[in-house]
Amino acid sequence: MTEPLVRPRRKNPLARTRLPTLPPQWRSRTSHELTRAAAEGRFALQCCAACGHFTYPARDACPVCLSDELVFKDAPHGGTVLSETTLHIPADVYFRERAPWRIGLVKLDAGPTMVAHLHGDSKEGDTVRMSLQIDKAGQPVAFAQPQTETPHMSDDKQWREMTADPKFRRVLVTNGRTVIGQEVVRAMKEAGASIIFVGIADAWKPFPGEAALRAMEGVTIVPLNTADEKSTFDLAADIGAKIDILVNTSEHIRGGGLLDRHGTSTSVDEIEQSYMAFLHLAQAFGPVMRMRGADGVNSAVAWVNILSVYAFANWPQFGQYSAVQAACLSLSQCLRAELRPGGVRVMNVFTGPLDTEWFQTVPPPKLAPRVLATGLVRGLKNGLEDAFIGDVAEEVRQRFAANPKALERELGQ
Amino acid sequence: MPGSLRRPYDRIVVAAPVTIPYARYSIKSAHWWIGRALKALTEAAGITVRDIDGFCVSSFTLGMDTGIGLTQHFGLCVRWLDHIPLGGASAIAALRRAARAVEAHDADIIACVAGDTNHTDSFRRTLENFSRFSSDAVYPHGAGGANGSFALIARNYMRTYGVKREDLGRIAVSQRANALRNPHALMKTPLTLEQYMAARPIADPIHLFDCVMPCAGAEAFLVMREETAKALGITGAKLLGTIERHNAFGNDPMQVRGGWAMDIDDLYGMAGVKPDDMDFVQTYDDYPVISMMQFEDLGFCKKGEGADFVRGHDLTIDGDFPHNTSGGQLSAGQAGAAGAYIGVTEALRQVLGTAGPTQVKNAKIGLASGFGMINYDRGLSSGAAILAGAAS
Repeated sequence: MTEPLVRPRRKNPLARTRLPTLPPQWRSRTSHELTRAAAEGRFALQCCAACGHFTYPARDACPVCLSDELVFKDAPHGGTVLSETTLHIPADVYFRERAPWRIGLVKLDAGPTMVAHLHGDSKEGDTVRMSLQIDKAGQPVAFAQPQTETPHMSDDKQWREMTADPKFRRVLVTNGRTVIGQEVVRAMKEAGASIIFVGIADAWKPFPGEAALRAMEGVTIVPLNTADEKSTFDLAADIGAKIDILVNTSEHIRGGGLLDRHGTSTSVDEIEQSYMAFLHLAQAFGPVMRMRGADGVNSAVAWVNILSVYAFANWPQFGQYSAVQAACLSLSQCLRAELRPGGVRVMNVFTGPLDTEWFQTVPPPKLAPRVLATGLVRGLKNGLEDAFIGDVAEEVRQRFAANPKALERELGQ
Repeated sequence: MPGSLRRPYDRIVVAAPVTIPYARYSIKSAHWWIGRALKALTEAAGITVRDIDGFCVSSFTLGMDTGIGLTQHFGLCVRWLDHIPLGGASAIAALRRAARAVEAHDADIIACVAGDTNHTDSFRRTLENFSRFSSDAVYPHGAGGANGSFALIARNYMRTYGVKREDLGRIAVSQRANALRNPHALMKTPLTLEQYMAARPIADPIHLFDCVMPCAGAEAFLVMREETAKALGITGAKLLGTIERHNAFGNDPMQVRGGWAMDIDDLYGMAGVKPDDMDFVQTYDDYPVISMMQFEDLGFCKKGEGADFVRGHDLTIDGDFPHNTSGGQLSAGQAGAAGAYIGVTEALRQVLGTAGPTQVKNAKIGLASGFGMINYDRGLSSGAAILAGAAS
């Protein structure tokens, strides 16, 4: 049975902050297909198009028929633990600091055997549910856990290394004025976040939901205007070292494409409120989060961006908005690479049109802010890197993967 | 005893077993260790480097060099060259290839050498970069290295066949007793079964005394035709039979046997002998459990009877089943790829009667085996050779 996590005590300010170390990072290029699956929370393995056998580890020819048509596809995620071991003296610093560490050899229902990290409630002989996870190094690993829920299952020490569970963590929601910001606060609270800092710009201006937000226990309102560099750096100087999960809820949606919009002031605004805001946040909060990647139970663990799925392909009806979102997506990849040495993950949550006033004219389906917030937290709990939430986002993901050109044409019609 | 369709070795001898005494850590390069071994070979055979016309090398720590770089490094001008990256199976593979080469007169005197250095970070580096499957799918899961992988194999094997840690302890304890008679062994203090059982866990069920100590060192021998040896005035051991197998039993979900089990009829058939005829056995002992697996797969007992076998035999030099008489890798040290050779050079000394303090009385014929390369979830390469003294 999993020992429940204990709420961490206040950190001794004199204690040294333990520096982050990372698990082994090298992977073959072929293996990065597993990275893609793990990022989206899918369990995919190579399957031979010629003979149908699943293979693992990643190969460049099928060991049954030598075909090179090995396609990664979703595989049955059941398996049985054939053998297990507890590593007491691993060879590498990251694991040595975390020893004892359990691994197992799992016979997959799909065929191959897989070396996997083993959840504390799974042992030799058990049937398990397999998943691919992104580890602290940002690389794919296999994880075996019980097929059915066990008490405090998500508190498992090894599982928590693979995830960014908000439980007992301190969160900054950068904009609490919007429904989305408020729903994220609510979902974080439900997930057991210990403190939720909520950024509010121009606090003298009232906003809908303000009373409920202020009344919520564990919520601390902080002054933050992310479009303003000084405001962002001032807040980071104050609470930067306490932020374990940062959710960038900056939101600035304006309709319109390129030729029918006159002047650039709206566009400049879009860039400042989204792209520049992200940049300010990253420069202000990124360095200290990277330092605190291994700082105990409430270490810095994740940076979350809420992005439009039209960052992948431009939707001309919201053409400039799509372009700024694409810029933010690109910047998030830079941030991801730069936070990696700290073991801090960047999760991008992709959505289609939201059920908010700025998408008033767009026909359904539209994503309810509550569904977005719940999906965001679920993504953190499962350790995702790319979370596509809602039917539109999922459809655009699939269409982009299938044929980006077709997607571009059809969005333009 | 079934025969073998393979052509018997035609008066092929293996001579001049060389061991460069091991060091736990060395600031020297692998090249230095291999160079010392080559020098020792020439001295043992009374030849010069120019008489060597075939060269085979195995090493994990040569950096960017392979066999060809070493020819220039050591002033070798050879007409046959091989570089064998088979880890613990390298010595048997080297022996087999060299034997056929001298038999066919492709070369006359082949130096087979394995050597590695051990800097303080060498072992971890070797683990990190061992193979693509390992880097992709094993090492990131706990970085247990060979200990983690063999722990999974050992635990399954022990459960399947009812093997207890005490049974594996008998192998380790006997080898330590043997090592105390080998002045070059790194382990110099006695080991009791109680100490073995009380050792700290490394990767359950692997505990401290199940593990080899990585070190620097080199081992080597010469392969030639009997007539060449005679002309040089040296005595070699006769090569009677060999086997080699890679990636055997790939459909076994977990490794409980090695490729030997596939080929032993061929091994004994070619040599015209049976397991009972062996005066000693040198198995590849990266872990005692692997030695036990070999007792079964090499025909000394049936599969699943390894524990009974070790309970019923004395594995020390003076016992009824002398095993790893130099102390093996477990007690003499694992000098990288030279770990593949330690059993072969010791076997040669035994049948040549030059083993000195570790000599088994009247040892005339014996077996040495190899096992290597845990690429993903199992050791892939296996091999064995039967060697006999001149008088047999």
